[in-house]
Order: sequence, then C-alpha cells, then structure tokens
Amino acid sequence: MAQDNKHLEVVLDTQVESVNLAEEMCLRVAESAGFDEEMCYRIGMSVREGVINAFHYGNQERPEKKIHLAVDITPEKLVIHVMDEGKGFKLSDVPDPLAEENILSTSGRGIFLMRAFMDEFDVVPGTTGGAEIVMSKRLPGSDNGHSNGQSGGTSSDNAPREET
Amino acid sequence: MCAMSLHATYRDSGSVTVVDMGGRIVLGDGSALLRKTIGQLLADDRTKILINLADVNYIDSSGIGELVHAYTSVKTRGGELKLLHLTKKVRDLLQITKLYTVFEVYSDEPTAVRSFSII
Repeated sequence: MAQDNKHLEVVLDTQVESVNLAEEMCLRVAESAGFDEEMCYRIGMSVREGVINAFHYGNQERPEKKIHLAVDITPEKLVIHVMDEGKGFKLSDVPDPLAEENILSTSGRGIFLMRAFMDEFDVVPGTTGGAEIVMSKRLPGSDNGHSNGQSGGTSSDNAPREET
Repeated sequence: MCAMSLHATYRDSGSVTVVDMGGRIVLGDGSALLRKTIGQLLADDRTKILINLADVNYIDSSGIGELVHAYTSVKTRGGELKLLHLTKKVRDLLQITKLYTVFEVYSDEPTAVRSFSII
C-alpha cells in the first residue's frame, strides 16, 4: 500500500451496539478526511446500513459470528468494506424496494440507501465465506469529487405530496 | 453524531392523537419505542394518529420500516396515520424511497388535524 494511504480495521460483535459504533468510527474518519456535514451523514448512514445488513441478514443475529469493518483512505477516495460470516448473497437477488409490490415492505431498503448515498457500491464474496460490501466516496477536492447524482433524494420523479 | 435516543409522548387534539417524537428512529430501542407507542394507541382504540417528527433528526432503514409498519397497522384497523413536520433529512429519505407518495405529510398541525375523517 502506498505511503499516503491509510487503513483502519476493526472486528465487531454481532450486536445492535456495533451499528452505532461502526457509524461513529467512520464518521470520525470521514470528518478527518475533509467531508462536509452532508457527505458525512451519507457515509455514516451507509455504514449503518452495511453493518445492519451484516448483523441481521448475513450473521442472522448470531452472537458467535463477527462483523469485519475496514476503512481505507486513498488519495482519491474513502473506501469502506463490511464483511459478514454468513452465506453471502447476490445483488441481483435483492428485491427492488421501489417496486409497487414492495413499497409497503417493512424491510429491504438498506442496499438501496447505500447505493444512493455512495459513489460506488458492490457486493463480493468475502474471505469469510460471507458477503463483503465494498463502497466508496470520492474525497472532497479530488479530480472527480462530485457527489453521486442519485443522492440527496430530490428527484422530480418522487414529487412530494404535501398539503398545507 | 447525535446520540440522542428516541422519546415519544402523545396528546389529544380533538379526536386525533398527536404523537410527538424526538431523537433517532434507528435499529434497536428507537424503532422498538415507535412500535410500542403505536401498539398502545391501537390497544386504546385510538386510530387517528398524527406523528409529529419535528424533533426527529435521523431515521435509518429500520426506522423507515417501523414507520411503514405503523402505517399498515393503523390502516388495517380502519384508521389513519399521517406525518407532521418532517425535517429535511427525513423528507429526503421518504422521497428517495418513494414513501412520500404513501404517507400524507403536513407542515401545519391544525390543517393536519382537520384532514382526518370526522367519523
């Protein structure tokens, strides 16, 4: 790894508290990397959702399993890895939460939010045999340091229905 | 990060029950409190519910799921559940998840209360 890269790695227990811990840790890294408040919110939310996914779907909330979180800062971007010890999954098998039949589902929006809030997102087979979520955000001031066009959630397709 | 936990109190406004919430509706205690509060209201036959989210500054996918669960639970009982005073972050989340088209959302409490059916 190049000298100006930074790497942070932590192994978390499969418990609810790990979600807050992971979010807080990554927020501190993002703040120190120069991300503004809005970008930190999106990164923090994505980490939450990644760890919730590992906690609930990957590790099935089984306390003997671990959640592996790693953060890399390269000259271009912040990269976050969340790996579980479950059976793995394919992104193509994840239902679309915006589909009419899923809109009132009480779960299944985590992957969607991570995709919306980060610049790059993928799920690959992890070394544990489980799933590894890999997502990144370009650093402020990097050559292509603009935000994901999907983020922010103000697309005209979803016009608000407000009555005042 | 704001670590303020969720709190919820409710009051009557005519036949409508207004639930004032504050903090984070997230996986764990926050989502559980929302479920418990709505469960209590339905057990008391309060089926016209307006959730005031003015002081809710953060919701994750678990919290969104809990709001949807509350909405469907009340609707199943023949009632109505509406939302009041969304913060920008919560509004954005409901927009990108297309739930803004599901919930009735208001920014004025008297108007929201009047929108409930009389019966």
